[in-house]
Formats: sequence, C-alpha cells, structure tokens
Amino acid sequence: MIAEAGLAALWLAAAFALVQLMLAWGAAKQGENPNVGLMMTALRRTALVQGLLALLSFALLIALFVRSDMSVVLVATNSHSLKPLIYKVAGAWGNHEGSMLLWVTVLATAGAGVAAFERRLASATLAATLGAQAAIGLGFYAFLAFASNPFVRLDPPAPDGQGLNPLLQDPGLAFHPPTLYLGYVGLSVAFSFAVGALLTRDVGPAFAKAMRPWVLGAWIFLTIGITAGSYWAYYELGWGGWWFWDPVENASLMPWLAATALLHSVTVLATRDGLRAWTLMLALVAFAMSMLGTFLVRSGILVSVHAFAVDPTRGTFILALLGIYIGGALALFGARVGTITQGSTFQLVSREGALVLNNLLLSVILGVVFIGTLYPLAAQAAGVQLSIGAPFFNKALVPVALALMIATAAGPLLRWRRDNMNALAKRALVPTAAAGVAFALLFALTGGAHFVSVLGIALAIGLGVASVAPVARRNLRRTPLHVWGMVIAHLGVAVSIAGMAADSAFKTERLAAIQVGQNVTVGPFRVTLADVRPTVGPNWSALEARLQVRRGDGAMFELFPQQRFFSTPPTNTNEAAITTLLDGQLYTVLGQGDDKGRWQLRLWWKPFVTLIWLGGGLIALGGLIALIGRVRRERRVAEAESWA
Amino acid sequence: MKPKHQRLVLGLLALGAVAGAAGLALSALQDQAAFFYAPGDMAGKPLPLGKAVRLGGMVEAGSLVRQPDGISIAFVVTDGKARVPVAFRGVAPDLFKEGSGVVAEGKFNPDGSFTADNLLAKHDERYMPPQVAGKMHKTETLDK
Repeated sequence: MIAEAGLAALWLAAAFALVQLMLAWGAAKQGENPNVGLMMTALRRTALVQGLLALLSFALLIALFVRSDMSVVLVATNSHSLKPLIYKVAGAWGNHEGSMLLWVTVLATAGAGVAAFERRLASATLAATLGAQAAIGLGFYAFLAFASNPFVRLDPPAPDGQGLNPLLQDPGLAFHPPTLYLGYVGLSVAFSFAVGALLTRDVGPAFAKAMRPWVLGAWIFLTIGITAGSYWAYYELGWGGWWFWDPVENASLMPWLAATALLHSVTVLATRDGLRAWTLMLALVAFAMSMLGTFLVRSGILVSVHAFAVDPTRGTFILALLGIYIGGALALFGARVGTITQGSTFQLVSREGALVLNNLLLSVILGVVFIGTLYPLAAQAAGVQLSIGAPFFNKALVPVALALMIATAAGPLLRWRRDNMNALAKRALVPTAAAGVAFALLFALTGGAHFVSVLGIALAIGLGVASVAPVARRNLRRTPLHVWGMVIAHLGVAVSIAGMAADSAFKTERLAAIQVGQNVTVGPFRVTLADVRPTVGPNWSALEARLQVRRGDGAMFELFPQQRFFSTPPTNTNEAAITTLLDGQLYTVLGQGDDKGRWQLRLWWKPFVTLIWLGGGLIALGGLIALIGRVRRERRVAEAESWA
Repeated sequence: MKPKHQRLVLGLLALGAVAGAAGLALSALQDQAAFFYAPGDMAGKPLPLGKAVRLGGMVEAGSLVRQPDGISIAFVVTDGKARVPVAFRGVAPDLFKEGSGVVAEGKFNPDGSFTADNLLAKHDERYMPPQVAGKMHKTETLDK
C-alpha cells in the first residue's frame, strides 16, 4: 500500500502544481481586481500543499527502502536487506528514479518556502514567480510519472535486493546528492524570480533583495556539495587526487561558477541598483547550468559512478525540458531586455567595476569548463572518440584563475561608485608586499621549480592579507555580519588555493612492493609493514594491512589500509588509510600481493593538502554568516517600517 | 563617462572575455586534448609521440607479466586488429584483469610500445568509464 500511496501523493502534488500555475496566471494578470488578494492567498496555500504532498511522496519512498520492500522494483534493484540503515535511507536517492523524486521534492518545498515567507515582493511578481516554479515542477512531475516512476511494483517480489554500488556506501556520498540538489533547486527559485521580474518588468533593488537569500543559500549548498564530493573522491577512490575534471564533477562546478557570479552581481543590484539585465541573465544561466548538470548526470549520456540511467528516452525527456525552460526563458529575456530600464551608473574603477571584472572572469572560466565538458560529447556524436582531461583545463584555466585572485583581492579594497587607482595602490600596498616576499622566499626555497604553484601560493597569501583588510581598521563589534561573511569567504578562497598549489608543488609519492617486516620511506616518514590479515564488516570482507609509521624520532602510530570485497554486487574497493597532521596528510593504499609474499604499497606525503577542504568549509561558512546577517537586517528593516 | 559609453566599454569587455575563453579553450584543445586511440588506429600512421594520449582496448589473455620489482607490469592491449605492448608502474585498479577492457593513459614510445602512467578499468559489473564501454562493445563485435 505504501508504494501506491506514494504514487498517489505524487500525482496529487502534480495536480496542485497545475492549479498553482492557473492561479498564478490569474493573479498576475488581474492587478487591479479586488479578488486579487483572495487569489494570492489561494496561490500561497496551493504552493504550500504542493510542497507537503511532494515531501510525503518522498518520505513514503524512504519508508519502502527502510522496510526493504522487495515487491518494489526500485528497492529490489538498489537495496539489500543486510545493508546498514543509513545506506537503506540513502538508497532512496542513490538511483535515477529516487534522485529525480528528490529533485522535484526539493523544488516543491522551495516553492512552498517562497509562498510562506516572501513578503517583500510586489504581488504580481510573486504570482509570476510561483507560476514559473509550478511550470518547472510540472515538467519534472511528468518526467517522473511517464518515464521514471519510482513506485513500480515487482511481481513476483524479489527474494532479496541487488544492493547499492559499494562506492556509494559511504556517509559522505550518502548526503552528497541531497546537498547538491538543494543548491540546484535553490537556483531554480532565483530563475523563477528572474522570470517573474521579466514578466512584470519590475527589476530593482527590492527584487534583488528578495532573490539574494535564495542565491546565497543555493551557493552555500553547492559549495558544501562540491567540497564534500572532492574529499570523497580523494579518500574513497584511493588515487590520491582531489579533482579529476570528470564531466560529473564539472556538472556541479558549472552551476557553482554561475551562482558565484550571480551572488556578486545581485549584490550590486540590491545595494547600488546597477547591472539589472546582467543579473537577470545570470539567474537564467545559473539555473540552465543546474538543468544541464541534471541532464548530463541523469540522462545516461555519461556513464559514471554517479550516472545511473542508460535509457535514451529519459535523456531525450530531460533534454526537451532543458530546451523548453531555458529556451523559453532566454526568448523571454530577449523580448523583454530592451524594456528593462537602466539602473544607476558607476565609474569603471570602483567596487562595481571590480565586481564586473569578477563576473567576466568567472564567465570565462564557466565558458572553458562548458566547452571542455561538452566538446567530447559533441565529438562523439560526430563519430570521433576524444577525451579531454586535466591538461586541457589546467592550461586554459590557470592564467584566468590567477587573474581572478587579483580581482578578488582588489574588489573589497575599492569604494562604491567611484575610486582612483592611486588610492587603490596605497591600500593594496601591504597585501602586494606580502605576496612579493612570499614569492621571493618560496622561489629561492624551491630553486625555481614549480613556478606556477609557487606563484599560486604567493598570490593566495596576498589575497588572504587583502581579504582581512575590510575589517582591519574597523570597530569589529560594529562591523555588519555580511562584511564578516565576505571576509571569511574570500579568506577561504585564499586558503583553498594555497592548499591546491602546495599539494601540486610539494607532494611526494612512493610506490613499493615489500614483505611483512620490511620498511619504506616517504617524505619525512618511515613506514613498516607490520602485518596483513583478513577482516570482516557488515556486508564486506577485507584484507587489512597494519602499517607502523614513525616521523623522525617522533612517536609511532599505526594505519590500516584495506582492500574490500563486496558480494552484492560483486565489487572490490580500496579503503585508503589517511593520517591528518598539522602540516599535511599521509595517505596509504594497499595494493595486490604477489607470490613472493610482497605487498604493493602506494604512499603519499601531501603537505597542507587539508587546506583545500578547510578553505571550502570557510567559503561556505562565510556564505552562511552573510545569509544570517542579511536575513537579520531585513527583519530589522521590516520591523522599523511597521513602527513607522 | 556617459552611460552609453560605459555600456559600450562593458559590452566590449564582455566580448573580449568570450573571445578570450574561446581562444584559451581552443589553444588548449589543439595541443593538450588527450586523443583516444585503439590499437587498430595505429596501423600505417605516424605515432603521436610526446603527447599524452589514451589507449583503449582489451587486455589480451595470457599477456599479463608481473615484473620482478613487484610494482611494474607489462601487458598487451588489443582490439582484434592490432596489438600494442604496454608497460605500467603502479597499483593497477582492482578490476584490471586479462580479457577485460582497459583504458591506459600515457605516451607512445618510438618503437610503437606504450608507457602508461594511469590505468582505468571498469568500476564493477555495472559501472564503467564510457571509453571502456564504447571500445569493449566495438571489440566484441570485431571478435565475432
């Protein structure tokens, strides 16, 4: 019965989405009608009910997985009764159908959130926004109902399930897709706001202030998702790298790049009433990138750990949705952009100018990632096998990234509206000097090797110093929260880049085959293979090595890298063992054994590699602080207005 | 600056940025894109020496040799038309075995052999890199 109830809730939610679209149409059209207040109330409630129904449907799917109901196809093919509970729950979205249901659930819940909390927007714009949200939802409800029904029954029921890909059986990955989806779908709200504003031609600071928390929220989730995904790939895949330029990774990076640009331009619109058309355009592009990401990952056009479906009709369906929504929105943009009035102007050398530069550089990076991701697919369609990897992206992006770091450092040092170069040079003196000294020292230390990495570390130090400048001579307790947010996020960028550059310049790798009792050195460590023995877990068995590690004359510690064997589905995985120290990580992988009793060991000493993810965490934290600051300030303004 | 001029400057900057992105991407594509080869593609053509490329096919049954150092292996990649000997130093993926598909990343040597610095094997029974899937499919039909 649970499966049928879930399907019924899904259909009901779709019906409410249809009602929501019609109510929105009516409410947006009849601006002067006395009934418009009633219609708006009905519209808000419809959006709320739609959100609750979608949530119910998804909760029922989770219940099916938790109960291991093998009479449902999706459960039988993606779960197993012996799986730990957390992976039974995660199994609900660790597959194509479930993840699409999660997508639409987050979308509907976000729409309910807009309906419940948004009081600032003009009612026509709000109606148009909720209408756009319902229209997006309807497409995905149709996709679920006609091409990806998660509640299909299996007759007769399977005796037991086929299991979940063991690579996905990791707490990091279990919560990775929901995090990314919250980001993707947050951008759908920004998209709906933009469409609403285009329809009503009401683009101004009030609109930007309504949109900004959604962009910030989406951006925070995307940042967390990408950081966590990178760390997952790093420790789970056992190859010691933290970014692969895999199309699936790029699928999450592209919306993040667009959202980062949007976040900065929406701030210009909210505080200075500039960049109106550009901000609308970015809101459309950011959601287009979310849709493109969904298409790439969920259509089966790519085959990877993350891509589940290999069904061409689904790919076509998502592609059609992509075409309708993005094409429609861009056409609307083209038709209306001429009627968006000019906002206030600014000098090129100003905070706005730096933000425009930031936007352009981010767009360049987005363009390169876009080309690098889609070109091989286009080539494949033309019959040419081609793959584009890290060398392409490094060569094309490193110079842009270095320029972007300088723009990021300079932006907060500039005044709004107008400024002059001499004043900027004066304010930039300390950060520039810090970067220069760091570069000279590192260059001498490495003897000129790793030039780009050393330059990256030096610029990161300069950016770090420049980041804290906005709070340096201020009364810290009176500094608004959103300034702190910016400072922390920019500092996070510096920390992250320093980690990336340090890893690429200073990591050392050691590959060896040794017998039990022998030892090998990597960086400052001496690693002894003490033992290799079998061990078992809840649904796997493994070979586990015991490594005894000593750094110089320091205390000995142990590491336990494993080779795991899963039986359902039959898979081997490598569990790297990693020690985190203050100045880096020691990363150990156990390879195969041979007939001479030797075991392959792959060891890395990675100085300061943890800074990469620490920086990602700081960026997200900065976003969160800015979001709290903005929401609190909005509330204070609203209270002041209600008193006046 | 007048608003009109400012818009013009910004527009030109945006155009420059787009051109820059395309230029960067194309120049990187020209000399860095790792092209994908199957052993049969090599016949009668000059080897792409000095370029990082990918070689895909099946690991020939009976060709896998473990070297005495314990960390190097040698094997032959074949697509039914031609054979390329491959040397690799490192930890091979768990699902790397004879008779299975593989994609080797590395460089061709002047003698026509291949030195790999990375091997991609399929993840498990259901998940595999698209390059492997594509080439295996092709190879299987060639065998028949």
